[in-house]
Amino acid sequence: MIRLEARNQTSRTLLFWSPILAVGITVIAGTIMFALLGKAPIRAIAIIFLEPLGDIFSIAEIVVKATPLILIAVGLSFGFKAGIWNIGAEGQFTIGALSGGSVALALYQIDGAWVLPLMCLAGAVGGMLWAAIPAFLKTRYNANEILVSLMLTYVAVLLLSALVHGPLKDPDGMNFPESRIFHDAATLPILIEGTRAHVGFVTAIVAVAISWLVLSRHIFGYQIKVLGQSQRAARFGGFNEKHVTWICLMISGGLAGLAGLFEAAGPVGQLVPALPVGYGFTAIIVAFLGRLNPLGILLGGFVMALTYIGGESAQIELNLPSAVTGVFQGMLLFFLLGIDVLANYKIRMTQPLSRKLSE
Amino acid sequence: MKTPILLELSEITKTFPGVKANNDISFSIKPGEIHALLGENGAGKSTLVKIIYGIMQPDHGQMFFGEKLYKPSEPFEARANGIGMVFQHFSLFEALTVAENIELGINKEAASKDLNRQISEISETYGLPVDPIQRIGSLSVGECQRVEVVRCLLQKPRLLIMDEPTSVLTPQESHLLFQTLTKLSQDGCSILYISHKLEEIRMLCERATVLRDGKVVAQCSPREESARSLAKMMIGSNLKTPQPSKPAFGEKRLSVNGLSINSTNPLGTSLCNLVFEVRAGEILGIAGVAGNGQTELFEVLSGERTVDKNMVQLDHRLVGHEGPTKRRELGMCCIPEERVGHAVVPDMSLWENCILSARTRQKLERNGFLNIPASHNFAEKIVENFNVKTPSVKRDVRSLSGGNLQKFIVGREMLQNPRILVIMQPTWGVDAAAAADIHFALNELAETGTAILTISQDLDELIAISNSFAVISEGRLSEPRPTINVTIEEIGLLMGKTSHFEKNEQNDPP
Amino acid sequence: MDLLILILQGIIVAATPLVFAAIGELVVERAGVLNLGVEGMMILGAVSGFAITLESGSILIGIVSAALAGGAAALLFGILTQLLLSNQVATGLALTIFGLGLSALLGQGYSGATVMALEKIHITVLSDIPILGAIIFSYDPLIYLSFGLTGCVAWFLAKTRAGLILRAVGENHDAAHALGYGVVKIRLAALVFGGACAGIGGAYLSIVQTPFWVEDMTSGRGWIALAIVVFSTWHPGRALLGAYLFGGVTVVQLHVQGLGVDIQAQVLSMLPYIVTIIVLVMISRDTLRAKLNAPACLNKSFFASS
Repeated sequence: MIRLEARNQTSRTLLFWSPILAVGITVIAGTIMFALLGKAPIRAIAIIFLEPLGDIFSIAEIVVKATPLILIAVGLSFGFKAGIWNIGAEGQFTIGALSGGSVALALYQIDGAWVLPLMCLAGAVGGMLWAAIPAFLKTRYNANEILVSLMLTYVAVLLLSALVHGPLKDPDGMNFPESRIFHDAATLPILIEGTRAHVGFVTAIVAVAISWLVLSRHIFGYQIKVLGQSQRAARFGGFNEKHVTWICLMISGGLAGLAGLFEAAGPVGQLVPALPVGYGFTAIIVAFLGRLNPLGILLGGFVMALTYIGGESAQIELNLPSAVTGVFQGMLLFFLLGIDVLANYKIRMTQPLSRKLSE
Repeated sequence: MKTPILLELSEITKTFPGVKANNDISFSIKPGEIHALLGENGAGKSTLVKIIYGIMQPDHGQMFFGEKLYKPSEPFEARANGIGMVFQHFSLFEALTVAENIELGINKEAASKDLNRQISEISETYGLPVDPIQRIGSLSVGECQRVEVVRCLLQKPRLLIMDEPTSVLTPQESHLLFQTLTKLSQDGCSILYISHKLEEIRMLCERATVLRDGKVVAQCSPREESARSLAKMMIGSNLKTPQPSKPAFGEKRLSVNGLSINSTNPLGTSLCNLVFEVRAGEILGIAGVAGNGQTELFEVLSGERTVDKNMVQLDHRLVGHEGPTKRRELGMCCIPEERVGHAVVPDMSLWENCILSARTRQKLERNGFLNIPASHNFAEKIVENFNVKTPSVKRDVRSLSGGNLQKFIVGREMLQNPRILVIMQPTWGVDAAAAADIHFALNELAETGTAILTISQDLDELIAISNSFAVISEGRLSEPRPTINVTIEEIGLLMGKTSHFEKNEQNDPP
Repeated sequence: MDLLILILQGIIVAATPLVFAAIGELVVERAGVLNLGVEGMMILGAVSGFAITLESGSILIGIVSAALAGGAAALLFGILTQLLLSNQVATGLALTIFGLGLSALLGQGYSGATVMALEKIHITVLSDIPILGAIIFSYDPLIYLSFGLTGCVAWFLAKTRAGLILRAVGENHDAAHALGYGVVKIRLAALVFGGACAGIGGAYLSIVQTPFWVEDMTSGRGWIALAIVVFSTWHPGRALLGAYLFGGVTVVQLHVQGLGVDIQAQVLSMLPYIVTIIVLVMISRDTLRAKLNAPACLNKSFFASS
């Protein structure tokens, strides 16, 4: 029989290796899945995990996908560490795109270096306001932030849809539910000519660096860590749970909102109902894959972006449904969570069965 | 063997990673006898009874119950064999009723339909009043224990195991429990009585087995021994005599003026008009049975719960409304009862845990950033001065044993040179050596002029270390008085003054 | 009058998937486990129920497979959280993401197909009573099953020894363990039951309510079911009531759209979600009451050190 035995010291080595192990097992499980679906398994894995790394255009596309994932996941990691579960980043992302995009549309055809920063500000503030609802309801009325933030995601997506069907609709757009295409001054500068990789990525890197500093060296990061493990100890230390809840939700809401604005002002270039494609949910996996550590999240964001791009090529080349990506992502998180047990527990083989029988 | 034997243990051994909790333990219990299992915290008593009750299985050794090989793989088997157990930390469910709790603790076959009638029968026979429809959460600790005992007795046990039953009772409640146990043994039920309280063992038990470091070190008849000789067997050396109290104290450091609050916990206790002060160099002890407002009082003192400004005064400042950080800055350090998850965060290293409560006074935080080298140094200093056994201050605190952990926590607060120290249950669950170290350190700190407030359930400890003494009961505090003048009996009366216990007492014929 | 009957019938049909999912989750939470994967289990139930019904031609087999699929997903969650002690919140989210992905993959070939919807039971005489017959005696068997299920669960929790043990495990797993109850086994059983219920709830959507399969067709109902459990303060009867409240909001909203009121359809569609938030706030604001009602061990991992 197999028994778990608590380690009295978390194994940092295993903590480091388990995401890598989880990716490995996911690849193996994916191979089996493709074989069951009757697709050439090795070919499929190669298309998903290797081919996107082959040319600069694909790599740039990975950067495009990784940008929102990293931004959102870094923001979420603050709350997750503290035990504050903002599951509605998708909604904050949508509202960020909506509020930032509305600024762009309001300033249509107005040039100026200040347009884009103003949009970014509006996007971040929009995301923060949307996250302020669960923050307020949790701190004031004790309402569960998981459910509130999630319900608000549905509301946000419907709101975006309502507005682009109505007031924000392109007046010259033949009645399609889309906004105008943003003018140049309201579009993000491109990093590499001929690709879609935009300066949002630089922001993501900066966010990673600052978050790392705050989480590992600043007293606020310390407060988060304590609160996540024990509310009583946090109170004993003199930390205010409500303040931490607010700040964590503001950080994650703001970064998700910013990511949404980047998406609207970058690769999409306008507001459309289909703007939210699930980055807010995938970012949850990215945050765990990166061990809630900003540097890990940077890597995790790239791995996850790879499965998106690879999944897209697989759709075209092997006629696979887009859902394959979701299955992969779910499996990855499952394996990761399962393997994590090794960091905190030792597995021991015991033989009580045979002993029971012999006596 | 001529005399019949109910339970015989033979060479029981149980090893945990790093410790041999039970090492080759053999002894036997006769029918109808009250047998004491005596030993310090960590001597292996709890492990042994868990083995007898089927919660754990021994690595080696055998047990015989009523002459037959007895090898329980789970508590159901123990209960089916006629063994009942009252746990030290009750295995009760707060949100469920008394009757439901009792039903859960007895085997399916025994849970008949007229359970309530059976409960009242047992209650009457053994003088254990319980109300089947009340929720456990609304009962006092003593009442909870009665529920546990009734639950065991319903199974008509041949052996009843009691794990430290009096640690949560007032002296009067303990006395009543002894009457019940004596009656039980007269009716033929054996009792295995686990305790480290010598007087009650001398009073109650016919035979005793003494454990030390997992081994049987003595077998004796406690009535023929003195408390001192029993203690010597248990600890292996002579008891230290309590320090004489110091007559004169300095200026007033902490004063609490008319503190009244409602508990935030639905099952907690509200505090009612508490008044006391602690002067420089004084150790004030507050005694009381658990759940009489100690937790609430601690939260108010540490600043985890803020109250009206005037209710708490440090030196000349009114600080009732200030949080923990400000109070530490002003010189007040606190040590809560719960170590893991309150005083320390288990999955953080020793040095990280220093930041939790010492960051203000030891400057472990600079402009909002952690001062990691200073934190390391402070942790090293604690480890060195308080003899904390750990390979490195980078280890997680959960790797520390109970005694070492408490030394670390006590050291963390004491080395901040507090003007006032509030300490709750200073030596609970700590081995004798570490307890002596902590008592010594407390005395030394008081000598340097710190005002100390100790909240504890351990009367012997409080009498040994405190200069002044008060009792908390149902959220009210008795007037503090010098320790020299009080007797255990007096304290007992104060502790039980307003408890449910006495109310019930009056209704029952003796 | 006819419209009113139509609305009432609509409410009952809209509420039934929520009843199944919420009652299942309620049992799980009473055992002390928080499974946030209800949405994932529902969608897996929806796709497998639909596909198997289509392939086998039998609605009964379809519904049983949906229950099996939901139960299997819950078992996966149980293995991770109860045996490997993973974080329940994260694992529940993983289950939802995984379920949504896998269902889309499995259901790829079934988009656009339809099955024969489950027929209403017609009870002679009773169903023909004017009005009353239409309101009470003219539904499909699953709706009656949902009522039966609620009653059985309420009886099980309040009156049986097994139900008492399940509640005890949710209240204090250490004490339950000390008394010799298999905490992990009991929780796994509760999880599988909850998963099966969620699966049936999902199948009701795809087989009875619509009846066809589209990706993401649960659209948050699993999450609403979770909110209903909080709303119910862990009592089955109130969970039923909660489900009907949300069913009511959904149906009334649809009818208002149908009446041509000058409000955008999207704005009306927000209503069920906003109502969920409002109800959640009203229930949670009394912290003392919430503390007394919630199972004390909810969302805590159990590890037997001995």
